[in-house]
Amino acid sequence: MDKNAHLYQQMLTIRSFESLLLEKFSTGIFIGTTHTSLGQEANAVGVLSHIQENDVVVSNHRCHGHFLAYGGDPQPLFAELMGKPEGVCGGVGGSQHLHWRNFYSSGVQGGTVPMAAGMALAEKKKGDKVVVIDFMGDGTLGEGIVYESLNMISLWALPILIVLENNHIAQTTPADIAIAGSITQRFEAFGIPVTQIDSSDVLEISPLAGDLIRCVRDESMPQALVIDTARLGTHSKGDDTRPQETVENLWRERDPITIHGARLPKAVRENIRTDVERRIKAAFNEALEGGA
Amino acid sequence: MTEKSNNTVLSSLNQGLHQSLQDDPNVILLGEDILDPYGGSFKVTRGLSSQFPERVITTPISEASITGIAGGLALRGFHPVVEIMFGDFTTLIVDQVVNHLAKFHAMYHGQTSVPVVIRTPMGGRRGYGPTHSQTLEKLFLGVPGLRVLAPFHLQGEDHIGSPGKILYDAVTQGESPTLFIENKLQYLLKLLSESDLTEYTIANRGGSTKSDFPFYELRLKGAPAAQVTLAAYGYMAKLAMDALHRLAYQHEIFCELLVPTQLAPFEVDPLLASVRRTSRLITIEEGTLSLGWGAEVLARASEALGADLKAARRVAAKETVVPAAPNLEAEVLPGVGDIIQHVKEMV
Repeated sequence: MDKNAHLYQQMLTIRSFESLLLEKFSTGIFIGTTHTSLGQEANAVGVLSHIQENDVVVSNHRCHGHFLAYGGDPQPLFAELMGKPEGVCGGVGGSQHLHWRNFYSSGVQGGTVPMAAGMALAEKKKGDKVVVIDFMGDGTLGEGIVYESLNMISLWALPILIVLENNHIAQTTPADIAIAGSITQRFEAFGIPVTQIDSSDVLEISPLAGDLIRCVRDESMPQALVIDTARLGTHSKGDDTRPQETVENLWRERDPITIHGARLPKAVRENIRTDVERRIKAAFNEALEGGA
Repeated sequence: MTEKSNNTVLSSLNQGLHQSLQDDPNVILLGEDILDPYGGSFKVTRGLSSQFPERVITTPISEASITGIAGGLALRGFHPVVEIMFGDFTTLIVDQVVNHLAKFHAMYHGQTSVPVVIRTPMGGRRGYGPTHSQTLEKLFLGVPGLRVLAPFHLQGEDHIGSPGKILYDAVTQGESPTLFIENKLQYLLKLLSESDLTEYTIANRGGSTKSDFPFYELRLKGAPAAQVTLAAYGYMAKLAMDALHRLAYQHEIFCELLVPTQLAPFEVDPLLASVRRTSRLITIEEGTLSLGWGAEVLARASEALGADLKAARRVAAKETVVPAAPNLEAEVLPGVGDIIQHVKEMV
């Protein structure tokens, strides 16, 4: 499979997983709540296609896409969301609290930023050339601990790439009534180099992320990447207060699957889709059948 | 660990940290103003940055974030120790402790451990006023996954149970996140050794499956059967010892004193054994009364002993701020006189 087809397949894996999750949620199979990565697949895949085996990924409440792009298996993720012992964290963690290999996610906004900084400090002390990738959202910028942590991340030149996925909405609150001033200048104020891109195209995001990760690794210093993106789904299961027209426009203009899929011949696209949907469906069924 | 004789609690803790850094290359210290020549607000870290410059890191005034950073260090193999300059500032670290450090092990289904030790001095009687004098550990007791330790100024054979040894063990052998409660007035107390304690019989009733840390039982040698069990920890255990002595010699009322060094998870059995003999229990703490350590201990004792627990009381701080003026502060915080009065009223 060539590179473009591979990126498409990875993004479609996330899309299919989240779509099936939402479709089946109403049946009562899944527990609690969930926050899907619909529309943000190009960020997860574009960034994490550059990580090396020992790199660390720290994610947030909207973590399924990051987990799958990291290489996580859909079946134990489905099982986790069903509250089963075969789940990624034995059903204890649920949707937001995943840990597998060097992947960690948690559900308190901003709370994992110091943890990511501490991990980067650990790896810097060991001299292992390991990079920590820390995903946060625009809503996370309301949390004070983020700024305490940015200060030390810069002060101690920690090898961390902060990926801020700005989907312009925090649950139901638009960014323009929650964020004063400039997002990029927040990083600049701490002396952390920041790169901004307004794109849902994996081929635009991926090379940029690759360069930044290389810089973090080689120079042992922090970098920030602000990706202006679009949340195509609801915040969790059905809570979206945006006008329907707004969301429909985003689907037309900002769907990373459509954008990147257009580069592939229709037959290739269809083959990948059939294959991915079959695998996701099988993972779902196996998770459902396994265990209690 | 090796420790000097004629030690104070302060120097014992300092030596405990020194030995931890010496023996365990994964130990790393974080805190505000901990570098030499200042060596920390209360000097517990004095000399450490000179000897281990790479592993003693002074930080900005960012209690929450440095606690989280310690968590990240621990997840990647280090044994971090965080100093929170005043115990009052532990309110700033609650989310990191409760929702992160203490949760990771269970939340990630046992795949991780977070061996972080957070040290902090609680307590008043220094005139520091309402935001620098509190005893707040009760806010952290009963947090699942969090161990809370409080040393006693005692130095047994081979330094078993000295404050520095308890700290050393928590730092170098710890699997779980630990809040290590010091006390400002405790720092300058001389460690009691065998020769200081010839009047007393002391036994360590700790060492159960739930805790390896000491749980001391003290009584006066040759005294008649004890009528009351006193339970206290940290600096209040010193005041309770003074009260026990005066009650015996001035009032002919005899007590046993039980001193845990692990407050959470709490192992109540050593205490129950004493209360079975006395049937009366007084808990003594410097924090405010309601929903405190004493409330939990009395509940546990009551559940276990039923009608065999004939009388129970709590000695604690009044439910208000700790004032700066010494005369006002003395009215709020429990002292030896309060303990004696409660015991006299009980028997």
